[in-house]
Amino acid sequence: MSPEPAKAQEPARHRLSPARVLDVDALIDDPKTRIVVCCGSGGVGKTTTAAALGLRAAERGRKVVVLTIDPARRLAQSMGIDSLDNVPRRVKGTDGGGELHAMMLDMKRTFDEVVEAHADPERAAVILANPFYQSLSAGFAGTQEYMAMEKLGQLRAKDEWDLIVVDTPPSRSALDFLEAPKRLGSFLDGRLIRLLTAPAKLGGRAGMAFLNVGMSMMTGTLGKLLGGQLLKDVQTFVAAMDTTFGGFRTRADATYKLLQAPGTAFLVVAAPERDALREAAYFVERLADEDMPLVGLVLNRVHGSGAGRLSAERALAAAENLEEPRIVDQGGGKAGLRNSPDTYGSSESRASETPTPDEGSPAATEKERTGDTARADEERPVDQLTAGLLRLHAERMQLLSREQRTRDRFTARHPEVAVVEVAALPGDVHDLVGLRDIGERLAAGRPELP
Amino acid sequence: MSRLQVVSGKGGTGKTTVAAALALALATEGKRTLLVEVEGRQGIAQLFETEALPYEERKIAVAPGGGEVYALAIDPELALLDYLQMFYKLGGAGRALKKLGAIDFATTIAPGLRDVLLTGKACEAVRRKDRSGRFAYDYVVMDAPPTGRITRFLNVNDEVAGLAKIGPIHNQAQAVMRVLKSPETAVHLVTLLEEMPVQETADGIAELRAARLPVGRVVVNMVRPEVLDAADLELVRTVPRTAVAQSLSAAGLGGARRGGKAEQLVDPLLAQAGEYAERYALEHEQRAVLGELDLPLHELPLFAEGMDLAGLYELATELRKQGMS
Repeated sequence: MSPEPAKAQEPARHRLSPARVLDVDALIDDPKTRIVVCCGSGGVGKTTTAAALGLRAAERGRKVVVLTIDPARRLAQSMGIDSLDNVPRRVKGTDGGGELHAMMLDMKRTFDEVVEAHADPERAAVILANPFYQSLSAGFAGTQEYMAMEKLGQLRAKDEWDLIVVDTPPSRSALDFLEAPKRLGSFLDGRLIRLLTAPAKLGGRAGMAFLNVGMSMMTGTLGKLLGGQLLKDVQTFVAAMDTTFGGFRTRADATYKLLQAPGTAFLVVAAPERDALREAAYFVERLADEDMPLVGLVLNRVHGSGAGRLSAERALAAAENLEEPRIVDQGGGKAGLRNSPDTYGSSESRASETPTPDEGSPAATEKERTGDTARADEERPVDQLTAGLLRLHAERMQLLSREQRTRDRFTARHPEVAVVEVAALPGDVHDLVGLRDIGERLAAGRPELP
Repeated sequence: MSRLQVVSGKGGTGKTTVAAALALALATEGKRTLLVEVEGRQGIAQLFETEALPYEERKIAVAPGGGEVYALAIDPELALLDYLQMFYKLGGAGRALKKLGAIDFATTIAPGLRDVLLTGKACEAVRRKDRSGRFAYDYVVMDAPPTGRITRFLNVNDEVAGLAKIGPIHNQAQAVMRVLKSPETAVHLVTLLEEMPVQETADGIAELRAARLPVGRVVVNMVRPEVLDAADLELVRTVPRTAVAQSLSAAGLGGARRGGKAEQLVDPLLAQAGEYAERYALEHEQRAVLGELDLPLHELPLFAEGMDLAGLYELATELRKQGMS
């Protein structure tokens, strides 16, 4: 299933590095890369990743367009595309020699454009005015996915941009957008269409009389179900669309092939959480099934710690020490209890952190402390704060190891997938500075420690 | 208490978990609830640690006090065939339609039909009565599409009723709309204390209200425990590094002098506190935004180790305690 199983042969990896680190700059700098598709489940930072990649590529000299489907308002504003007009707009304020353009998909308008491109003006007007068409194009199941791919095809055909970065719709099932063109294609080729077009071609309702019994039963059933008037709308729509169907199907096929072509790169975006990575694994498998070129996994919101050598267990034990009532605080007898971290420390931290005799020994510490007799009262709030800092750290270390476990499970299942980790930010991104920062983190390959 | 409880929320906010916990909470004390899934993701089965759900109502959990939770994953295609059979005795014709691709057409491409079938099935379960005239389910909880699509999803019947001006689809759509727009229904939105989900929640509520759909409550999910409070965070900004170093040293983490083990921990620990402070401020801001929505708010705790069946029961207890059921 994996295209390059040989890559999995590396010996036991270091805990913190996956089999391969995805080189984002090499990917976006390569002139042969023409399309990057970001896919993933909802809420993992897909749109932000797409925008950050686009900005970075532009600032490294490429002419880029980012196609977003449904961006958060402030993210869209950060790129200056708060107007939804279905046309790429130049993003101002980028550095470097390239250009960044961004657009938000307007699926109705995209659908209208397709109709206008394939039908003569008179027929197009009939289609656009048809109530059935109006509902279909306004965004029912599958239309958004299909129109996103249609727009991608249009942008690529224009050949105006070096690189197109696409954000995929928040589909109900992971890869609906891959199936949309196929589904529409098979529908348009289907017998149902021929059945529906037949009576209309024969002259509307009058044509019904000439149909054979089986067919009339079918249309009768549909009529009963949908109501005669809706059926008529569908029939006139289908009849009007008849000549353009060929075009639709060709385009759908072309877009699908475009996705499989060598210039396309799929990035699966996820967060280091169980559900998101399970979904990511599913994406990886589906893309392989469809022969879609996956280049790697972007793991957003990965946490790090500058004090990684202090284990959660030891931090908690130390916090408890500090929170103990210290009524007889100055008594030397308590120092032994308080200064015995190794009874709590995990074996891991003990191995990595042998106390140095001059600094870390209980004796030296105690000497420092007893020299300062005022400490007990004054430093009480500080001790409480320190205990809080240690608890916060313990929480962070527990989070780290959970993320690590989740990620290891993914890597074990898909060792062929290159991974790039992006450090978690405390807040949301809503300007170019924030996007640039994410771009740097993407290129760095792993979270830098604070 | 509305009998149809619709749970929506931005992707990643845990709406399926909240829907499941709500179904459990509503089932306590001998009640019977139906938990309905409409997006074919089998999220309910994963949560209740059972095999994939078929298109069939089956009992998946027993609630404290003898209540029961049933679950149903609605498959639009089967729902349509079901519907044809129920109203027209069209078993055979249904199969023929399937061969023609009409079922595929109706459930994937035809405008809104899919959504009509999904909401229609849920409303049917709400109205269903057993032989003794008692409601088959006391409550129906729907794990609905995400906030961005919820209004359209629930309102699609209105559109379809307009599109199909006569005929059974028209009647069906209108009947469904009567349930959805009545006090029988409440639409709850699940969010996190983060900017984007909160914004989307506010937008979603405005859309639901504009469509005159009944908005229920806002559930803030995965709320992190408060490790440092406002006073601590104030102190973080002013505390001398050496004082923290000494405190760490006193806790047995090494020397407080420059370069000592305890001293080396000060910067990273303060940096982590700084990140925490930033998030803390953001969360307070978002709480204020949610407060302005003028809706009942509920908060559910984060389960750091991930959600499992035991956690689900805890959330159900929490929802009961907070009076959501």
